[in-house]
Amino acid sequence: MGAALARAAQWTAAGSGAGTLEITPLNESLLNQIIKFVEDFSTRYPQEAAFVFKEPLEWKTQLDCSAFGNGYEIIEATVQSEARAKDGQSLLLLKKSTLRVRSFDQLSCVLQIAMEKKLKEVQACLEANRDPIVQILGPEYGTVEGEDRSILHLLERVKKGGDPETEVKMKIFLLLHQLDLQLLNNSLKQISQDVRLSPAAVNNEVSLLKNFSGEGEDTVLESLEYTSDYVFSNGCRAPPWRQVHGEICYLVINPHDTDPLCITCSTAGVFLNGGQIDSEDRIDYERKSDVYKDIVTFLREKSPKFVENMAKQVFEAKVSGQSQSLHDSTENKVDEEVKSSASRRSIEKKKLEPSMNWKMLSDLFKMCLFMLLYSCSKWVMLFFIFSKMSAMLDDVSESSSGTEEDEEQPVRHHEGGTDLPSEYWEIQKLAKYLKGGNPTATVIALCSMKDFNLAQETCQMAIRDIGCLEVLINLLDTEEIKCQIGSLKILKEISQNTLIRHAIADLGGLEIMVKILDSPDRELKCLTAETIANVARFKRAQKTIRQHGGIKKLVGLLDCDAVGSTSVIPYQAKDSEMARCGALALWSCSKTTKNKAAIHKAGGIPLLARWLKCSHANILTPVVGTLQECASTPSYRLAIKTEGMVEYLVKNLRSEHVELQMHCASAIFKCAEDKETRDLVRQHGGLQPLSVLLANSENKQLLAAVTGAIWKCAISEENVAIFREYKVIETLVGLLTDQPEEVLVNIAGALGECCQETVNRSTIRRCEGIPHLVKLLTGTNQALLVNVAKTLGACATDPESMIIIDHLDGVCLLWSLLKNPNPDIQASAAWAICPCIDNAKDAGEMVRSFVGGLELVVNLLKSKNKEVLASICGAITNIAKDEENLAILTDHGVVPLLSKLANTNNDKLRRHLAEAISNCCMWGRNRVAFGESNAVAPLVRYLRSNDPSVHRATAQALCQLSEDPNNCITMHENGVVKLLLPMIGSTDETLQEAAAGCIANIRRLALATEKAKYG
Amino acid sequence: MSRKRLQQLVDSLGHSTKHFNKSEVECLIKLFDKLVAESSSRFAAAGFDRSMFRDILHSAFGMTEEMMMERVFRAFDRDNNSCISATEWVEGLSVFLRGTLEEKIKYCFEVYDLNGDGYISREEMFQMLKNCLLKQPSEEDPDEGIKDLVDIAMKKMDYDHDGKLSFKDFEKAVRDENLLLEAFGPCLPDIKVHQQKQKCNTMYFW
Repeated sequence: MGAALARAAQWTAAGSGAGTLEITPLNESLLNQIIKFVEDFSTRYPQEAAFVFKEPLEWKTQLDCSAFGNGYEIIEATVQSEARAKDGQSLLLLKKSTLRVRSFDQLSCVLQIAMEKKLKEVQACLEANRDPIVQILGPEYGTVEGEDRSILHLLERVKKGGDPETEVKMKIFLLLHQLDLQLLNNSLKQISQDVRLSPAAVNNEVSLLKNFSGEGEDTVLESLEYTSDYVFSNGCRAPPWRQVHGEICYLVINPHDTDPLCITCSTAGVFLNGGQIDSEDRIDYERKSDVYKDIVTFLREKSPKFVENMAKQVFEAKVSGQSQSLHDSTENKVDEEVKSSASRRSIEKKKLEPSMNWKMLSDLFKMCLFMLLYSCSKWVMLFFIFSKMSAMLDDVSESSSGTEEDEEQPVRHHEGGTDLPSEYWEIQKLAKYLKGGNPTATVIALCSMKDFNLAQETCQMAIRDIGCLEVLINLLDTEEIKCQIGSLKILKEISQNTLIRHAIADLGGLEIMVKILDSPDRELKCLTAETIANVARFKRAQKTIRQHGGIKKLVGLLDCDAVGSTSVIPYQAKDSEMARCGALALWSCSKTTKNKAAIHKAGGIPLLARWLKCSHANILTPVVGTLQECASTPSYRLAIKTEGMVEYLVKNLRSEHVELQMHCASAIFKCAEDKETRDLVRQHGGLQPLSVLLANSENKQLLAAVTGAIWKCAISEENVAIFREYKVIETLVGLLTDQPEEVLVNIAGALGECCQETVNRSTIRRCEGIPHLVKLLTGTNQALLVNVAKTLGACATDPESMIIIDHLDGVCLLWSLLKNPNPDIQASAAWAICPCIDNAKDAGEMVRSFVGGLELVVNLLKSKNKEVLASICGAITNIAKDEENLAILTDHGVVPLLSKLANTNNDKLRRHLAEAISNCCMWGRNRVAFGESNAVAPLVRYLRSNDPSVHRATAQALCQLSEDPNNCITMHENGVVKLLLPMIGSTDETLQEAAAGCIANIRRLALATEKAKYG
Repeated sequence: MSRKRLQQLVDSLGHSTKHFNKSEVECLIKLFDKLVAESSSRFAAAGFDRSMFRDILHSAFGMTEEMMMERVFRAFDRDNNSCISATEWVEGLSVFLRGTLEEKIKYCFEVYDLNGDGYISREEMFQMLKNCLLKQPSEEDPDEGIKDLVDIAMKKMDYDHDGKLSFKDFEKAVRDENLLLEAFGPCLPDIKVHQQKQKCNTMYFW
């Protein structure tokens, strides 16, 4: 039974070890068969039942000592059987709920005792002993994958000497094998009943149902439609990303008596999904019902009218007189239909998976042979047959793995001669002339081939499969310009296909094309560059081009005054054509960092800048495309700024070509992080077209680029003022709903920048942007969370906005972002929390209401990220304003953690840390505690910083700390007076006051000590 | 040739040929004279005969096909006197080397229209393409492949479906796809050789 247990039984955890048997119908039937086998064992095979196991079967039992009666000695919690093995050990031993059993006799006794707990006991036993045969007969009999020779050894030993024990062993082994076989057989039956749906089966069922659907009372359904008309080559209609989940198609069914049902047909069965999301074609894929094996079964469950009318349909088809047994017969009929479709499906299934569990079948085969062997006992002859058969089985399994490989290849191989589209033959005919013709014949064939619809996949694949691709690439390597041109014209078209692209690269086409770029013929160069642009869409190709010096040559194409030409077409038009093709190729290549550097090195930037000034959109698009792609590297951003490209990027924002606008916006997005660039955008009047483009909310890519550009431009206050004139903020808030995440990230970012001004904050509030923003806090996109938190933080500085945020539980959401592992999110959430606490009513109460919130904050002081630390210090500064919360913070150990941070050089952290320390001094003996944990000396050093805001915060902290005499001593030792004295003269009153206060404290202490000393 | 006559010829040709300037015309005529003189032909005064012209086409423009060279000679030889004069030489080269697409289409069509009836027929195509395929021993009927090729070409270029190519058909086909200009055999200078030739010419000029 080892094989059955290992293969058929459904274990929860994969592999051996702590797996448990799930309670599934299959497992249950397996266990029941095993129970039956064991129970009958002692009566059917008394001799074998007495056989003592090699090792006891041991498991945790739920049986009680008291359950054991006659034939057992019960001493306290231990039960021993009176029956003993030869070595004197009892065959059954129960000790502390661990049961050890050493023979089938005892096993069947245990099962009898267990009564209704049988199933549990067997389950526990098998879970503890994954391969019981090893325990029973010894490790050499363990179930092994592949060829099993143990029986042969056993056989030999039986033949040699008449050892009765070996014979018994042999018998048990064969009996167990018999059981195994039986189990496997049964589970196979069960598995085969568990039919999986296929696209073809669904299709058949749908068309069957459609025949019986339509208007009127008598039809089974009002209608039944696929949600999508597009059928993928594998027969599925579900989009590919859903096919991954086994989904085949979606149907909208209108029964007579219920609302429309939107269902999913998947390989696992049919179930109700969340329905179509209104107005759009999207479907809520979530499963909302049980899984049914097919559509008819599903509908019988959902629609009584369906069952009724289904019956009528069949009834009408019959003679109307037989009305008595109407219901029954139709039931049967439907059942039959279901069955026949099921069986059809199982046949299809077989077809699809010819190699399904070959191993299992071959195991079965072997076992059949064993059974034969056992019953016939004509050993020698059968032995011969057996070895022959197993050799044959090995052959079969080898060849089957071969067919599997074939199946991995796309289907066309076994399509053979019959089903191929006519294009195959025609292209094949032309290929003959490509291979065996002189240039004249080749050109005619190439021109004729070009007339096929090369954008169509059939033709593309035909060209590849016939071996034409190799010929076309070989033609590139000839000296015949006309053949090269003709070949490139075809390659250019078919390289739209990914498979072809990879094939061209694999065949070394790119190397040859890079070589052709040296040709003096312009048309040839243009075509080559265009083909390269198509092929170089993947990394390997881009690398190949760089490594063969292609980038330099492509950049050379942009330098149009270079070469003279003798082509048929007049030259002038070809200048820009060549630049266009070159830019296209560079655009494709510019996806990798090394290629970007190579373009830079080859002097591409000034050339791109030159072409940026032209006015042909067809050149500008690839040029700007390349620029925006490259703008991810700092050197390009610098060049875009210094070479005056911003002006033209701005100019082309007003272009009529959406793609060009998008690339321009995207380039600005990437470059405008630099202040000068932002200013240039404004000076060239780029902000107005950007705000105009916002109206174009249909094109999401464009919108993402434009909002991105606005975000970065809004970092400058001057730009924000202009954006306000164009009512950009209102528009952005309006866009906050129902946009893809990449757009939302940019919008949130832009609003965050705009929010730095009060006017804009109130605009956002007025336009009801805050609820949308708060809602976005529940998302998962990291960049979005950072930006939204930042924006909300800015909004929270307005008390009025704060009321809204508080009302929407925004603070709670922000607080929960602190749990996010991303430090950027932690920091922006913590910064956002600061003004929230500052402006919320009953802030202290609110903070306390977040369970575990304060502990979370204190723990974040252990972060390694400076920004997180600074932001958390900021939050603590605000939290500590409430005395009760400060007490809680202190309990969580805020003082030592803050003190530990004191030795930092980061001015931002210093400032917020000093503020936090100053506010934390207000509780209990925290002042003393800071002194004890050595926070004072580093603080004094902060006064040497260049940042005045650090000075102020530090002076305040020192002023607080100086209330404790020991701290005063430490400060004085560190020379604080000298540093503070000039600060008393500061124009900043707070600083002045704090510095004076600190010195006063120190002075007072000195006076007091003097007084104490000298009385 | 006397200086005066040369000057006259240059002047007249300089007007009639669009693609050469005067000095180029002069050089070409000098070249013509030189080649004629070298050949010590019977037509010394008149110009090139067939074989001489073929030699030139072969050595200077890399042409190899007998039939095409014959057709090119016919195209150059406007007055059909089996001799190419200096005027015919310069005017012919003007199209041959620097012709516009239009001129070249016209020239090529003339070359391919073997019987001069204004159409390229299937038979003419067959004649011109018959050496196109490498001999494959496996093929039973080598002509079959050529016939198929003629069919392909006809299908591609015969827009009015009358079973023969008119000038209109040919012109349209070439304008659609420039590669078809020399569809039935090379009758224009090979680009690579042509470039060498240009260099050579410059050498001659000096």
